[in-house]
Amino acid sequence: MTIDMSQFYQVFFDEADELLAEMEKLLLALDVSAPDSEDLNAIFRAAHSIKGGAATFAFTDITEVTHMLESLLDRIRKGEMGLTPEHVDAFLVAKDVLTMQMDGHHHGSSVDQAAVDSVCQRLKALSQGIVPDTSTAAPSPSVAAAAPEPVAAPVVDADGNCRFRIELPDVPQKDVDALAAELGLLGTIVQETLDDKRAAFILTSGESQDNIVAICSFVLDPDDLKITYDAAPAAASADTVPGTPAEDPGYGIFEPENGPAAAPQVPTAAADAAAVPAGEVKNYGRRATDREGGSQESSSIRVSVEKVDQLINLVGELVITQAMIEQRIAALDPLHHERLLNSAGQLARNTRDLQEAVMSIRMMPMDYVFSRFPRMVRDLAAKLGKKVEFVTRGAATELDKGLIERIVDPLTHLVRNSVDHGVEMPDRRTASGKNETGKLVLSAAHQGGNIVIEVSDDGGGLNRERILDKARQQGLPVSDSMPDSDVWQLIFAPGFSTAEVVTDVSGRGVGMGVVKRNITAMGGTVDIRSIPGTGTTIAISLPLTLAILDGMSVRVGEEIYILPLGYVIESLQPAAVDVKEVAGQGRVVKVREEYLPLIPLHQIFAIDPQFEDPSQGIIVILETEGKKAALLVDSLVGQQQVVVKNLETNFRKVAGISGATILGDGGVSLILDVSALLRSSRQLAADPVFF
Amino acid sequence: MSYTTQAQTSMEAAGDGSGSEFLAFTLGREEYGIDILRVQEIRGYEPVTRIANAPDFIKGVVNLRGTIVPIVDMRIKFDLGTPTYDQFTVVIILNIGGRVVGMVVDSVSDVTTLAPEQVKPAPEIGTAFDTDYLIGLGTLDERMLILVDIDKLMSSSEMGLIDRLAA
Repeated sequence: MTIDMSQFYQVFFDEADELLAEMEKLLLALDVSAPDSEDLNAIFRAAHSIKGGAATFAFTDITEVTHMLESLLDRIRKGEMGLTPEHVDAFLVAKDVLTMQMDGHHHGSSVDQAAVDSVCQRLKALSQGIVPDTSTAAPSPSVAAAAPEPVAAPVVDADGNCRFRIELPDVPQKDVDALAAELGLLGTIVQETLDDKRAAFILTSGESQDNIVAICSFVLDPDDLKITYDAAPAAASADTVPGTPAEDPGYGIFEPENGPAAAPQVPTAAADAAAVPAGEVKNYGRRATDREGGSQESSSIRVSVEKVDQLINLVGELVITQAMIEQRIAALDPLHHERLLNSAGQLARNTRDLQEAVMSIRMMPMDYVFSRFPRMVRDLAAKLGKKVEFVTRGAATELDKGLIERIVDPLTHLVRNSVDHGVEMPDRRTASGKNETGKLVLSAAHQGGNIVIEVSDDGGGLNRERILDKARQQGLPVSDSMPDSDVWQLIFAPGFSTAEVVTDVSGRGVGMGVVKRNITAMGGTVDIRSIPGTGTTIAISLPLTLAILDGMSVRVGEEIYILPLGYVIESLQPAAVDVKEVAGQGRVVKVREEYLPLIPLHQIFAIDPQFEDPSQGIIVILETEGKKAALLVDSLVGQQQVVVKNLETNFRKVAGISGATILGDGGVSLILDVSALLRSSRQLAADPVFF
Repeated sequence: MSYTTQAQTSMEAAGDGSGSEFLAFTLGREEYGIDILRVQEIRGYEPVTRIANAPDFIKGVVNLRGTIVPIVDMRIKFDLGTPTYDQFTVVIILNIGGRVVGMVVDSVSDVTTLAPEQVKPAPEIGTAFDTDYLIGLGTLDERMLILVDIDKLMSSSEMGLIDRLAA
């Protein structure tokens, strides 16, 4: 059940980066005297989303900061507290801290814990209504400690040497000595002790900073190091006496050897640092992050869905054009046009690759959805006192991004339901001879042109009697002779719940109806299989993507129609004896000891067919929603990928037709709506489709 | 009601002195005019894909550079002349509120500018079109153009091109 969460970190970091940037933008644009409540809400939401994400990945430090930020924002947006410039400042500092923490998790750079603590204190103070004196509270202790460090470009002296200031973390004295000895080999070194007993070196050397870090890393974590260029006058380095006593207190720039020239710098530098808290002063770790950050940014870009869709459309056109070319050149003499034909072959391959690549932009693994469940199931089970083993299968199955986002809610609901109602309490499971740990399986798999997602438990199963009773109570039309599958569908009726107790988990009966509606809206279907005492499986079937489908082209009379290949099981020419007339019910075809209703396509679409007799034409066996039927057509034309075009863009909905596509010759062909055909083949034939 | 506004705007456009431009086409022996701004292009007739159980006048759909466009034959709709389909058959591609529709007519003649004083209100009788769909009659020397409010006509339930809303 362990799922490697790290693969989702990138998504979180990308989102969080975006949210932080958004937050900063909003904060900067915020009118403090009259804040727009929409903006405040947006900032709040951003903080909340980051908190949620951070909690998922157990980044507790980020959660803490965002939590404080969130509670303060919450009070402000609810009007319990007025917004002041101090708030905005604190928020901005908090944003910087969050960015730093995020980098810390993302690239492993060091996090200035003091800055984190300071911002937390500041936020806490603000939410308690205390407006801290920003000039003292804002810079964190470590920043303050670092404040005298002037921010300067490397100062290179006449010998090509630079002065580095290396602040060490709290390490044993023997390490400090070892390091001093090592670094001493690079150049001249001065050791000193900081206020908080940590050691610091001033190194004058011709080596690059990276080399110094490399040497230090033998002894300690380079992320804990703080290396800055010492801005003391270049002349000072020459004056620095090797082996200046280690107990020499104070900073490099206070060294008496520096002479009076350094003195005026102190107040300026300190003032600068105070004015720019945390912003300019960076330790080594930060610097490394910035470099890495630069290369990280290009690893993913966020593009609007419209642009992707436009790309998909254009590639669709290209595929059609390519198919047209292929059709035209098929008539050419291969001997005379060998090179043209070769190029066309190349074009075909490239187009196919391009199409696949473009389509994959929209595809995402189901993992994206599944990964949220283990935790949820665990918590739920613990809350309900049940034991549940959660298994996911087929998490790598890919699905269109648009669909994947919409499947989350229905699926959450189904999983909740399974844990709450499906799996029984441990004692009851033991009593009925089952393992006391229930099993909940969430699986995804491709099936034809669809993806089938199943939530299946080994619990008590649905109770047919109780559902029927409940349905009667609610006045739904039911009868005892209803087949199981129809009974199960009843639970999708709005307001239907068989749970005896309404818990805060589920049972209010609003859910299943919504689940069904959401899934139908995505072009999918929900199916329930349940065996009392053995368990329940709820299967959701969704189309993979809405843009391109594998189609089988069939001919009826003069017309060519496309059948989505996912529905086609087989096609055959039946023997005359296998076609039987059923009084008043049309005809049936016997296929492998099974009688299937015959749907003559020509009759539904009022076309003059080539063959009226099924034994002369071809029947295509179609299956949808667990029902099978035989579609009578004149002949099969071929199989191809088609780009689905919406007929309704410029026209109206046509019954029995789900869309249109453009054939290789530039002509239009209609795509049959198989579900509708099977559902209402007889009504279609009886009623005019177009009225 | 977008089409009413459209009718008004074409009248108003006609009222600003510069006049408005109409594309003149013939159906049978009558000459009609439609607002040139609704015309996207004029094409020859191409074989269409028939739509099952659609009325006669909806010939079917064609592929117009990747867009599926329905084609209606006005000659069948208004029972004018005998519909023949050859290399001279003309299809006016209209763009009405973002929807693209092709309209088969006998022939297209020219684009004319009509000043407001040249547009007379339509009489109650005498044309194949319901007067609801007419802007008026345009007179141009010896010619008379029946000015059709094409937006209103194509959006009408009578044409059945667009799903009736909440009907």
